[in-house]
Amino acid sequence: MTGTDILALAACGLVAIGLYGLVAQAEVLRKIIAFNLLGAGVFLLFGVVARRGAGAGLAADPVPQAMVITGLVVAFAATALALVLTLRLYQITGAATVAEDPPEPTAPDS
Amino acid sequence: MSLLVGAFSTACVLAGVFFFVAGTAGLIRFPDTLSRVHALTKADNLGLGLIVLGLLPLAPGLGAALKLLLIWVLVVIGGATAAQLIGAAAARDEHAMPSPPSGGRGLGEGGVP
Amino acid sequence: MTAGLLLDLLLALAVLGTAAWTLAARSQFAAVIGFVVTGLLLTLVWVRLGAVDVALTEAAIGAGATGVILLYVVARLRGGEAEISAATPSRAQRALAALLALSVGGALAYGVLSLPDPAPSLAEAALAGTAPLGLGNPVSAVLMAHRGLDTLLEAIVLVFAVLAVWSMAADHRWGGRPGPVFQREEHGPLSLLARILPPVGIVIGIYIAWVGADSPGGKFQGGTILAAMWVLPWIAGLVRPPSVTDWRLRLMIAIGPLTFLAVGLAGFVVAEGFLAYPPGFAKPLILLIEAAMTLSVAAALACLIAGPPERRRRA
Repeated sequence: MTGTDILALAACGLVAIGLYGLVAQAEVLRKIIAFNLLGAGVFLLFGVVARRGAGAGLAADPVPQAMVITGLVVAFAATALALVLTLRLYQITGAATVAEDPPEPTAPDS
Repeated sequence: MSLLVGAFSTACVLAGVFFFVAGTAGLIRFPDTLSRVHALTKADNLGLGLIVLGLLPLAPGLGAALKLLLIWVLVVIGGATAAQLIGAAAARDEHAMPSPPSGGRGLGEGGVP
Repeated sequence: MTAGLLLDLLLALAVLGTAAWTLAARSQFAAVIGFVVTGLLLTLVWVRLGAVDVALTEAAIGAGATGVILLYVVARLRGGEAEISAATPSRAQRALAALLALSVGGALAYGVLSLPDPAPSLAEAALAGTAPLGLGNPVSAVLMAHRGLDTLLEAIVLVFAVLAVWSMAADHRWGGRPGPVFQREEHGPLSLLARILPPVGIVIGIYIAWVGADSPGGKFQGGTILAAMWVLPWIAGLVRPPSVTDWRLRLMIAIGPLTFLAVGLAGFVVAEGFLAYPPGFAKPLILLIEAAMTLSVAAALACLIAGPPERRRRA
């Protein structure tokens, strides 16, 4: 087993932890954090593939690396939008979750 | 000569690592916010400073050495500011409630009015 | 067991430990701190994988910028305990979720450990295409030339994300300045930092974007540092964001994708096609795009951090 294999297993573990948090947690904010952990695991798998493709004097294959850089920026944009939606939901309904029966509107639009 | 430089570098980096380990232990074990901040800033300033000092003789050129020093200066400035802000927030909390259960409460509200 | 293997093992355990701790954290604030710590450890993992460009991006955007917006939302959300416990899945449902997560993780692990050996690699092809562009960093070459379309679309995604965040504003606030007003403490430590750090930070941001041509770095990493150098004085109360209807702000956000698109379309006339560079002019054109994109990435990230307009426009 090489060091890259160990980090590959960590990436799989990160995906599993993120997926569990996404499904099993109630608060939207925690779901967003878990989703980002899941995404970090997927990006790390790209990194493992890049490392395995090292060659031509490079430490890692540059193509998966470029894709991860693109992906990280897009993930940030998506997270920012998700957080603003969460905040807006809270401002309008006072809810921190997306339960099936939303609570009566409590917080006025401030 | 290179043996001497190597020994100096190793000693400095090991000493730096010691401060980081001690600072982390303090962060986990110390009871209240202020002592934890104390432990953390020690690790940041001294630990990183010693590691940078140990790496300086190994830097390939003057430019790289200056970049290493700049990193340390920026971390010290940032760490000092963060320590001040956390300390102020902790003092405000202590003022608001006479006996904080475990310190570190309400830091989330510190930055945003 | 060699030192490198031991380091990988420790890093892997630390990443999984902090990630699990992030889920288990009692308060949302602690969960965000756990997430940022996980992100910083991931930065070290990326260095171990030989991907320093990605490590810089992960530190700046994955841990730094994402952590800032998460903290900002945590400070404003006050979830009711009753509502949360009512919406939390039951023990059986959580066991099912754990089973699902374990089987997905296990299948992934099986897949990744049985990848073909030697692994297929585009490293040689990417490196061969790098030299004619005048770039020394193959990752930048892939971003700017071989997969230029991805990067162009990503730049457009950032513009759309800013539009989407702005459109979350209540109708009567449209045209106002984004984000809350921060209290200004004239002699506080934060004001001091916000005065002495930006001159240094702006130089570092431009430097990181500039060296991206030949060394790890680039427009996204440099642009994030530039965005931070605006967010810091904003949080310290020293500057106020411009109104969302300010044409200069809008131009700054759009100039990068527009330049990229214009050069790409010009490729139809002066080169082989869309996003192709005419031979001999690749390096100057790439520098032009990179400069415009650095500005746009910085403006777009700062706007995403500041959020939708929150105050009515003054007449």
